[in-house]
Amino acid sequence: MRVLVTGASGLLGREVARLLVREGHAVATFQRHPSGVDGATDFCGPVTDDAAVRGAVQGAEGIIHLAAKVSFTGPAAEFDEVNVEGTRRLLRSARAAGVRDVVFVSSPSVANSGAAIAGLGAEPADPEHAHGDYSRTKAEAELLALAADAPEFRVAAVRPHIVWGPGDTQLVERVLARASRRRLPLLDAGGALIDTTYVDNAASAIVAALHRMEHIHGRALVVSNGEPRPVGELLAGICAAGGVPAPSWTLPGGVARAAGAVVEKLWTWAGRKEEPPMTRFLAEQLSTGHWFDQRETRQLLNWTPAVSLDDGLARLAEHYRSWSAAEVHRS
Amino acid sequence: MHGCWFRAEHGHGGNRLVATSWPGFDPEWSRTIDVWSTSAVDAPGTVRRWHLLDNGAQLSHHGPAPAGTLLCVHGNPTWSYLWRSLLAAGSDPAHPWRVVAVDQLDMGYSERTGTFRRLADRINDLGDLTDALGLDGPVVTVGHDWGGVISLGWALAHPQHVTGVVLTNTAVHQPSDSAIPPALRIALHPAVHPWGTTTSDAFLRVTHSLANPPLPADIRKAYMAPYRGARRRAGVGNFVADIPADASHPSFPALNRVAEGLRELKVPALMLWGPRDPIFSDRYLKDLTSRLPHADVHRFEGAGHLVAEDRNIARPVFEWLAVHGGANGSDSPTVEATPTGSQGLKNGTEREPAGFRPLWDLLGEQAAGPAGGDTAIAEMAPDGTAARPLSWQQLQKTIVDVAAGLREAGVGPGSRVSLMVPPGVDLTVALYACLRLGAVVVVADAGLGTRGLSRAVKGTTPDFLIGIDKALAAASVLGWPGRRISVRDLPAARRRILGVEISLDVLARRGAGVGEDQPTHPVDPTAPAAVLFTSGSTGPAKGVLYTHRQLAAMRDTVAETFGIRSGARLVAGFAPFALLGPALGAVSVTPAMDVTSPRTLTARALADAAAAIDATVVFASPAALRNVLVTRDGVSGAGHKALQGIELLLSAGAPIPEPLLAELQRLLPQASLHTPYGMTEALPVTDISFEQIQAAAAESAAGTVAGAGNGVCVGTPVHGVRVAVVPLAADGTAPGSHPVTEAGVTGEILVSAAHVKETYDRLWLTQRESTSLPGWHRTGDVGHFDGAGRLWVEGRLAHVVTAPGAVVTPVGAEQAIERLDCVRMAAIAGVGPAGTQAVVAVVETVPPTRKAGPAAPQLAGRVRKAALEAGVNVSAVLAVPAQPTDIRHNAKIDRTRLSRWASRVLAGGRPGDP
Repeated sequence: MRVLVTGASGLLGREVARLLVREGHAVATFQRHPSGVDGATDFCGPVTDDAAVRGAVQGAEGIIHLAAKVSFTGPAAEFDEVNVEGTRRLLRSARAAGVRDVVFVSSPSVANSGAAIAGLGAEPADPEHAHGDYSRTKAEAELLALAADAPEFRVAAVRPHIVWGPGDTQLVERVLARASRRRLPLLDAGGALIDTTYVDNAASAIVAALHRMEHIHGRALVVSNGEPRPVGELLAGICAAGGVPAPSWTLPGGVARAAGAVVEKLWTWAGRKEEPPMTRFLAEQLSTGHWFDQRETRQLLNWTPAVSLDDGLARLAEHYRSWSAAEVHRS
Repeated sequence: MHGCWFRAEHGHGGNRLVATSWPGFDPEWSRTIDVWSTSAVDAPGTVRRWHLLDNGAQLSHHGPAPAGTLLCVHGNPTWSYLWRSLLAAGSDPAHPWRVVAVDQLDMGYSERTGTFRRLADRINDLGDLTDALGLDGPVVTVGHDWGGVISLGWALAHPQHVTGVVLTNTAVHQPSDSAIPPALRIALHPAVHPWGTTTSDAFLRVTHSLANPPLPADIRKAYMAPYRGARRRAGVGNFVADIPADASHPSFPALNRVAEGLRELKVPALMLWGPRDPIFSDRYLKDLTSRLPHADVHRFEGAGHLVAEDRNIARPVFEWLAVHGGANGSDSPTVEATPTGSQGLKNGTEREPAGFRPLWDLLGEQAAGPAGGDTAIAEMAPDGTAARPLSWQQLQKTIVDVAAGLREAGVGPGSRVSLMVPPGVDLTVALYACLRLGAVVVVADAGLGTRGLSRAVKGTTPDFLIGIDKALAAASVLGWPGRRISVRDLPAARRRILGVEISLDVLARRGAGVGEDQPTHPVDPTAPAAVLFTSGSTGPAKGVLYTHRQLAAMRDTVAETFGIRSGARLVAGFAPFALLGPALGAVSVTPAMDVTSPRTLTARALADAAAAIDATVVFASPAALRNVLVTRDGVSGAGHKALQGIELLLSAGAPIPEPLLAELQRLLPQASLHTPYGMTEALPVTDISFEQIQAAAAESAAGTVAGAGNGVCVGTPVHGVRVAVVPLAADGTAPGSHPVTEAGVTGEILVSAAHVKETYDRLWLTQRESTSLPGWHRTGDVGHFDGAGRLWVEGRLAHVVTAPGAVVTPVGAEQAIERLDCVRMAAIAGVGPAGTQAVVAVVETVPPTRKAGPAAPQLAGRVRKAALEAGVNVSAVLAVPAQPTDIRHNAKIDRTRLSRWASRVLAGGRPGDP
């Protein structure tokens, strides 16, 4: 199959593209910078560029759309432009180009209004109640993607929950950086039960989705490892893998959420580019339980995660061991 | 159906149905009908317009022919909306019944007549209506509150139609010796009545507030809808004013006719009761059951006056109809074949097999035999001496005397006597005296906790309460029913305060000499003899009713299984078995301890008790034995010698870990240690010795016996007991009907034995569920057999966790986790929706954790690994300073509470304590 992967320079996108290459598909990628995926043809450009998008989708039979603005801060218009309009543009071009299948990679946060989630499936995306610009715009994009689903133009949404792995800058590096400076608190007692997705599993689920469009088009599926853990234990596991001390002080979740909201505003107002130390979204993610019913997902995708949480942590540890060895070697 | 608009076809007297959004209400049911009134209050030729809910049309459209008609009559101040769940259930093609729920005149959406309709009018009104409706075929009446009386009045007037009666919180009789409930007294007070019931909507509001849990706003609105405005509430006020508070009231004769007529009503009856009712409390239920002794009764513990709102009553009603309703109604042979309630317990003498020996048989034999002068019973004083020893002859005589005295005082066959006396001589005497009289002893122990105990006592509505001072004081404070009898003589002032009529001592003196002369009246083996209580660790404690034959069978099973015969000498430190001592012909002594707290039994007290009678047998609970081990250093040389004479130790109620048994064995070197398995409903079921436990553990570890492992090995069924399991399904229930005994198949454990309980007391639905497989008692425990025929218990059915792709029974993983040296007690619980639950391990650590909450990562890792070795994938590990356990066994963890707490913590909340 000829498959276009957008956003293949990110952690997950790259893994998806590599997996498709390994499976023997003709893989093209589309993002602003070269993907670095061996065996794939890179198209470079932003999803905000009509012509670039039209060029990239030409000849593709399937598209996996990961390109998005993933951040906790920034002007709302940027999120709208990339996540909503970018998706709209891609869908339009894809349909015009005769593409058959589109997998829209989404996030469980599109249906999360901030309350704890215990064992639910994929609830409908809800832009009105989603917290933060990222979730809001992903929710809008998912709705319009699924609305485009048709027998000859099949669209499905896959929502991997908290993807992490070696090289992950979103969660792992942030946790390690802050924990090493002892600036990572446990929110409440660190008891929030949280499911996550090891990057290889997220990639294989997304690829499985492309193969199972017949069964899943028109729907959204949450994907996770199916191994929920209390967040304190999870963070301790990541810290242990990265060789830094685990968080040992706690902060009430309510305080963190309030502080996060303030910090977010200040950061945006000050126009700072680097990610803020705490955001409301992050505080929510780390202080409320989120874990999902995976039974239907696994059955529909005919897929099970190949890498367990503990295996994933072991790989992470291996990654940091070799990385620090390399550092030592360089110095 | 929600959010519907409809209106009546007319606007008669302003009773127009308004725009509605009433939950559970189907406008298709609503109809009006004009009826000629023949009631005395109306002039001849008067026509009254009725509103009613009727699913008849709905059924005839798309249902099979209904089995009969439910005629539902609401009370004051509700309306037919009360019965919507029955209407919906009646329209279900699985069990089609026409349901006619009327709005009484001046009530609901029926006509406001401007008359004062008294009880006799209302009964007649209902007859006018059913004539107009042309009801034929079997009719089962359903009534609530004063609608109950009216429905019964109709039933008595229509014997040709009525095939059953269903009653919910109602009353037909105000006992002359007691006042009407204070709440009604207030409503009737002239200063309150017009304002409280008519001018304002206070009476409505108060009634609606009785719902538990509280009614949602939209349902409250629906109840209020027909009563907006004082003009529409005249009926509410008149209804209250028509309550006959005494014999001079105009409606008293009508009420009395119904009350007395009931005794002749032979059709099946079902009573569904919410005991948390300030008006129609348990005493009215008791009065009703005395008039309809064959009635099936289910008390919904925790439910109140509006029981139809508080609980799903449609399910029990339709299950009951399936047994008792239908075309042949009272002629149905199942009524005779399936004795339920107390109906089956009486008049069953023809079923008596040869060889029934009442519980006290051996006691009498011993008294008459050569050992008659030897000590039969004693209790230990705190100083280590035996107090109040009675010989077999003395014990026998005291029992006979007290029985005679009790008879004089009014205790007779079927009387319920609550015994609130700690185990010892007095309890033994009172118990056997009552049994000889055919009275039903109610034995609720303090191990239920004050609240549980109070609930249990009230629920059984004893006629008499025999208690120690403390119990009598509690009875006064908590309003326990029953005429009070103290154990000892009390000063007159104290007697007055506690409302005590007489003492056991006085009864014994009065009965002395009388007892011997009176012929021993033959006991009916199928008559109820005792109500015992479950521990209440899985919901409110349930009363469990035994017949005389079943008690005798329990005695015989214990005798056969453990070889306890006449001449055995036992230390009775555990109530259920303790009472069996005299029945077994065994000498028994109660150790000095606070029986309400098993952990107060010290090694020294045990040794003293053993020394006092040269004991050969010890009964003690696991919690008591733990404390015995803790205090073993206090045993003297003589004490050790006495303990060396123990040949048999029996401990029931909870399993004892092997290391503890090993320590006990060192303390009781000659004793065979047995931990039988059973429950309040059947004791014992299986038995296992320490050696057998060790063998089972070794075989489980070696994997040499198929199915060995994953649970507590409780051994093999004892004498006369059959055990099987119904396999578990993926959803964690045991829906099958085919009992199996194959090795390795996990399912709900079933027991069949002569000593299985007769029924749950006033829990018709529970009893039905527990006997849904004919011939078996469903224990609610889960487990499996191994290849050697041993039973392994894996936990409670209600505690099974349904993780994705795995049904997890808790005990196997808990045992594995408890083998960690840092864990004292572990509980496996599930959070999240059934079928995709996350498995949580809650551990009580050694030393106890300071704060309850998520376990430290290292501990979590160890616990997770241990559980995984038992095949269970644990998502979260939580640590608590102490597990919430029951009082009686101090071993059964309150899982419901634990799960709720775990859900809260894992959702990200602040932990607090479970």
